[in-house]
Amino acid sequence: MKRLIVRFVILLAIVAAGLFAYAWKPAIDPATPPQRADFDQELIEKGAQLAAVGNCTACHTNPGGRSFAGSFAMPTPFGIIYSSNITPDPETGIGQWSEAAFSRAMREGVSRDGSHLYPAFPFDHFTRVSDEDNKALYAFLMTRPAVKQSPLANELPFPLNIRFVLAGWKLLFFDEGAHQNVASRSDEWNRGAYLVDGLGHCGACHTPRNAFGAEKPDAYLAGGEAEGWSAFALNEASPAPVPWTADSLYAYLRRGWHADHGVANGPMAEVTGNLGLLPDSDIRAIAVYLESLMGTPSAEREQRGEQALKAAAASDLVLASASGAQDDTPAARGETIYYAACATCHDSNRPQPFGGSNLHLSSALNAPDPQNAINVILFGLPAASGRQSSIMPGFAAIMNDQQMSDLLAYLREEFAQQPNWDDVASRLTDTRSGKYHVSVRPSDGIERGPDNVGAKDQ
Amino acid sequence: MKLTVNGTAHEVDADPSTPLLYVLRNDLGLNGAKFGCGLGQCGACTVMVDGKAVFSCLTPVMLLEDREIKTVEGLGTIDNPGPMQTAFIEEQAAQCGYCIPGMMMRAQSILEANPDATDDELRHGLEPNLCRCGTHMRILRAVSKARTLMKSASAAPAVERA
Repeated sequence: MKRLIVRFVILLAIVAAGLFAYAWKPAIDPATPPQRADFDQELIEKGAQLAAVGNCTACHTNPGGRSFAGSFAMPTPFGIIYSSNITPDPETGIGQWSEAAFSRAMREGVSRDGSHLYPAFPFDHFTRVSDEDNKALYAFLMTRPAVKQSPLANELPFPLNIRFVLAGWKLLFFDEGAHQNVASRSDEWNRGAYLVDGLGHCGACHTPRNAFGAEKPDAYLAGGEAEGWSAFALNEASPAPVPWTADSLYAYLRRGWHADHGVANGPMAEVTGNLGLLPDSDIRAIAVYLESLMGTPSAEREQRGEQALKAAAASDLVLASASGAQDDTPAARGETIYYAACATCHDSNRPQPFGGSNLHLSSALNAPDPQNAINVILFGLPAASGRQSSIMPGFAAIMNDQQMSDLLAYLREEFAQQPNWDDVASRLTDTRSGKYHVSVRPSDGIERGPDNVGAKDQ
Repeated sequence: MKLTVNGTAHEVDADPSTPLLYVLRNDLGLNGAKFGCGLGQCGACTVMVDGKAVFSCLTPVMLLEDREIKTVEGLGTIDNPGPMQTAFIEEQAAQCGYCIPGMMMRAQSILEANPDATDDELRHGLEPNLCRCGTHMRILRAVSKARTLMKSASAAPAVERA
């Protein structure tokens, strides 16, 4: 018995030592911060485009604060994580990071000092980024203005506040390694896949996550959640009434809106705003790849799309009026509200992106949950500062929960021809009270730091 | 249907889908709120409902039963203007004046919710309301003066100060 215990202890020690060896990462020596002259201007500019694909500024800049200086609060189901300062300040930023340290962070999710990074930093995607692109990103970040600003401490419960624990997460969920091209596909498709899976980290929002916060590998881009918004499925389950095509995806990602789909909203508005820095060819590649994921729509789906377009084109504000049915059902009451409060814009047939979009074309109303429809009705689409933008007034102060729930019943029935969602009431209450937090942002634009644009601005 | 405006209950004979703005102006003779765009994009029609600023042009009266509506007429009278009105008069914060009732109502709702709203919060909060004359600086000055006056309003009525 004694011998058995000894053996068990030895075995345990070996396993522990193995885990420790796996989890322990060495620090990389501090480097002297590089100078601007150390980098080619062309490389810096390429890095600016790549940083736009990565949407780095969205998480690493506090709205209105200095660009890339971090301390942006990211609410997660586990607690609040504050983003790090990725300006080249030697003390509080990444000024002492060598290129090797930067590449390791991207590839392995490990900080220069050897500690593990939280997967709020999407290294599960960034591990796919090529060495060449990491080099350009490094050149771009290391030539931004250095900002001295210590990152705020994360608010995470024990044991999640121990970074060593993250090694276990990586062991279970992290698939490290560069992007692999698919030989049977075109260069354009492969480029798109590389941007979507790597820097673009589309799956961070559009793929659902498991209980440990890891993306579910068997539900790739099948629809996830971001900052209180549903990020719709980018596969064949896309809720868009009119099936997406490479052309419509291209136009939407390029301009932030499409006549058949409406205006980018919530966190997606930042994405399309950021993509403005990309060359057309990269956006086209993303569109081609995403179209292939959605697959060829069925004849039935195509037909539904055509019907939606026809119904949208036939909307006429002058003729628009409630059916006159006096039934006292939620949908009938909702219809009256729609024609009194919504139709002025949404049946106006004014062109996108400034006219109200026709709801026959709404993905939100066709979605598996009512969250985005609720968000838009409650909070609207605020105006952007200093430039033209699509707007919608919020109705939080006008409609109570009952009225809004009636309206949603009508919208769902009329524009999606689907039975009402069953969790409207609870979502309405939690969203209105702020228990369920929603980021409300203006359309198509990245409004973060004062100096967050490309490499040419300085 | 019954509407409560500026503390007074009114029996209104209007189609339930009529925008509040039309009822205020045409049925109740409260002409402070203005028709600008009719789309909730300019803010000239802003009034308060249960303390919050709303665009009255796209608020059908059917949604407002048992709600407390307040218009610029409810902030004070010509003889006894309220702190918000006094501040706008003292700062001469109007050019053509068309947007001003809406500006006042939105500012009032911000300051009632947060009497210590910072200049930044006021500026941000007033965003939905447009002024085509370019009177923004005076409007902002007036609103920040109103912030002070509203705090001392109970201590010294505005009319005596003037």
